[in-house]
Amino acid sequence: MSEMGYFSIIISTIFVNNILLAKFLGNCPFLGTSKKMETAVGMAMAVVFVLVMAGAITWVIYHLFLVPFDLVYLRTIAFILVIASLVQFVELFLKKSIPALYAGLGIFLPLITTNCAVLGACVINIDEELSFMKSLVASFGFAVGFGLALILFAGVRERILLARVPKPLQDTSIGLVTAGILSLTFFAFKGMV
Amino acid sequence: MAKTITQEFTKGLWAEIPPFRLVLGLCPVLGVTTTMENGIGMGLATTFVLLCSNILVSALRNIIPPKVRIACFIIIIATFVIVVELVMQAYAYPLFLELGLFIPLIVVNCIVLGRAEAFASKNGLLPSIADGLGIGIGFTLSLAALGGVREVLGTGTFYGASVFGPSFQPFTFMIQAPGAFVCLGLMLCIMNLFE
Repeated sequence: MSEMGYFSIIISTIFVNNILLAKFLGNCPFLGTSKKMETAVGMAMAVVFVLVMAGAITWVIYHLFLVPFDLVYLRTIAFILVIASLVQFVELFLKKSIPALYAGLGIFLPLITTNCAVLGACVINIDEELSFMKSLVASFGFAVGFGLALILFAGVRERILLARVPKPLQDTSIGLVTAGILSLTFFAFKGMV
Repeated sequence: MAKTITQEFTKGLWAEIPPFRLVLGLCPVLGVTTTMENGIGMGLATTFVLLCSNILVSALRNIIPPKVRIACFIIIIATFVIVVELVMQAYAYPLFLELGLFIPLIVVNCIVLGRAEAFASKNGLLPSIADGLGIGIGFTLSLAALGGVREVLGTGTFYGASVFGPSFQPFTFMIQAPGAFVCLGLMLCIMNLFE
């Protein structure tokens, strides 16, 4: 991914390597918050917001602190602490300065700490040895891909509520099968970039 | 306490078996179960982290201030995840490469944090050990089952050994991304049928 142009990175992270449907990260909020369109949109926005910031900060921490001091093995603990405190900070900041957005994101902000899509995307950026700008773009792409898949899935799931589903297949089970079919459509993008 | 240690252990094997009953920690479940071996490796790594973090959280439950407990739990879990990462790098390097990204992601596995918060922080040492072992073994079994089904259908092998002979046309859908979702969904459906 490090030799790609910015445009290819965006296409690749949104469609080809969609973080939810191709890389299997962030599935808990994917199934948990997709029952209603409203919550799905809220979660998608919160993820875009936090993931781009987390991508930038973890890149700085990794390349300016962990690598020079030879502490790379502490990466996991450093990243999760950064993400957890970033989420808290963003929450406080929004509450004070942009209450409308805070009310919109609501309970989804604290949930992001344990969203593996955020930590996963940061680790992928580091593993792929992207430059600072490219890792920003990639984080944005991953977040948009997450939001796109989540909103599409919520739309389908609202329809499923109206359908007559056999009893054993109800709820999570039919949700997973639907996600599989959605994942199949994203599969068509494979080999594009 | 109403429940015995044995009950705490066995509830993880059927009544609350993750990820089927507790729909948590789906990412590694879907991501690494392309073969049975990967599933078992991931399951054992998670079991180790779950057991150690349950022990430590339970032992420290009266010292950790309630307001910052989640942060403390995450630090405890992250420490054990780093231990697993380093040990696997040293002694099981091929498996480490295969599981890749999903090892650091045990930190944000909702099952581990969920058990620390919901069980270990409220119970004594022995029940917490039983709970950690039970849930961990249940998780390993589910991963092994899902990995086994996907491996047999997707590549025609079972734990690396050929099942159907050379003329078998592999159903590659099963080992790719969409197959993971569909397979887990159908297994959940079968489990519901037995209710």
